Amino acid sequence: MLVVDSISKSFGGFLAVNRVSFEVQEGEILGLIGPNGSGKSTVFNLISGAHKVTGGSIRFEGRNITGLTPDKICHLGIARTFQIPRPFKKLSLLENVTLSAYFGDDALRSPEEARDRARKVLEIIGLPTDDRTEVTTLGAAGLKKLELARALSTQPRLLLADESLGGLDHQEMEQAADTLNHIRTELGITIVWVEHIMGVLMRVVDRVMVLDYGEKIAEGLPKEIANDPKVIEVYLGNQQALA
Amino acid sequence: MALFDFFLLEAIINGILFGGVLALLALGLNLVFGVVDVIWIAYAELVMSGMYIIYTLHITWGWPLLLAAPMAIVGVGLMGLVVHRLIIAPILDTPPINQLLATGGLLFFLQNFATLIFGADFRNIGLSLPILQIFELYISFSRLLSFGAAVLGMIGLYLFLSRTYIGTAIRAVAQDREIMSLMGVNTKKVYLITSALAGAMAGLAAILLVLQQDVHPFIGFSFGPITFMICVMGGLGNLIGGFFAAFIISQIISIGSFYGSTELSYVIAFVLFIIVMFIRPQGIFKRNT
Repeated sequence: MLVVDSISKSFGGFLAVNRVSFEVQEGEILGLIGPNGSGKSTVFNLISGAHKVTGGSIRFEGRNITGLTPDKICHLGIARTFQIPRPFKKLSLLENVTLSAYFGDDALRSPEEARDRARKVLEIIGLPTDDRTEVTTLGAAGLKKLELARALSTQPRLLLADESLGGLDHQEMEQAADTLNHIRTELGITIVWVEHIMGVLMRVVDRVMVLDYGEKIAEGLPKEIANDPKVIEVYLGNQQALA
Repeated sequence: MALFDFFLLEAIINGILFGGVLALLALGLNLVFGVVDVIWIAYAELVMSGMYIIYTLHITWGWPLLLAAPMAIVGVGLMGLVVHRLIIAPILDTPPINQLLATGGLLFFLQNFATLIFGADFRNIGLSLPILQIFELYISFSRLLSFGAAVLGMIGLYLFLSRTYIGTAIRAVAQDREIMSLMGVNTKKVYLITSALAGAMAGLAAILLVLQQDVHPFIGFSFGPITFMICVMGGLGNLIGGFFAAFIISQIISIGSFYGSTELSYVIAFVLFIIVMFIRPQGIFKRNT
């Protein structure tokens, strides 16, 4: 579904992503892990078009999307969430989601349709569907859900979920992992899930890829990755992440 | 002195009427800044162009005023579009100083272009609207009309921004442009629409000003700096802040002119502006959109 071929990204002299290649199969959840600053978020920024690649190419459903603008990539069916939620604080919860439904999906052209879509998505995600709830009343978990709701309302076929679980307590993490699993199984959306806490991720992903210093150091089944000496070394001194 | 000073009241009312037009001017400039993040130094010169459009259509070509006036909105709206496409878009990602210099260049271009075509003469559309007398108050009908139209224009823009999806997208882009493009919004299109809207606002202001004032190539200097000052005072990009700042400044000028002279009142307004900038550099109202 997604074929990433040897992409690189440098910021000035700093090589954030160095010739990373991977494929995402339709219907799977691919976990993308690595320590802070390993280039996970940059990979997302390159796929979603927020940053331009310095080298390499990205193909989505057979189509070369390298260098397309973010809005075009969104219309082709790729959506992303942000590690740190970035809602429009001056718009209501429903407005936030309706907006992305309206502009994110070419097929929708009436505001009513967009609002219905937004309500449906909010219900799936487990957020209030009324038009009065303000974004500012949501807690950390609520804001993470809003990120997800906004991404889903654009009707993606591939969801790039960026560290969805940072800042959540254990129970909230389990819930969020279940939600992602639900999105995959019930809605049929393929997911790439970036995370640095490995524990919860390992439970639901099909495959894992590990980045370190902008390079891919391992790829495989969760069980293989958890026992990979290179991965353990990278995470050494961060034992908690392995738990 | 009488217990109730009608002249002072007249000055206050004139201040309010003047404030309406200033608020409209500030709104257009603020809109572009809030959304596109660019300051159109030549904004007042776009208004000047609109005044010449009306003058040319009405006086030179003999169009009825009711037909010529709306053309200023259309014409300057198109100019806003062209300004963004030709001047701003190519340098949008470069340091802000480039954008200031480019729109500053546009200012001199428009002034000199107008001088070339129309000469430096003061021209007017030869319309004299009656002066209304309410008790002992004398209120200029053209000012009242301008105020009404300015308020309608602002309400129209408010409804557009708050009720339509494009309007909501414009507000959202002002808050976070990166996210909006990831949500499928073509930000380039949003910038173009915003620039056209700001141009249309300048066109509306041109209609209101041409009713009250002669047009000449350097008329922008008489309200350009003060419009910019109002925007900064209200918090650049803050539409509501600019609205209130317009009325504060217009009252200072109007009441100042009543007790002293117009020149002095402008000096007072600018001194106040400098003081405000020392105390609250972010403007009286916090900067946001």
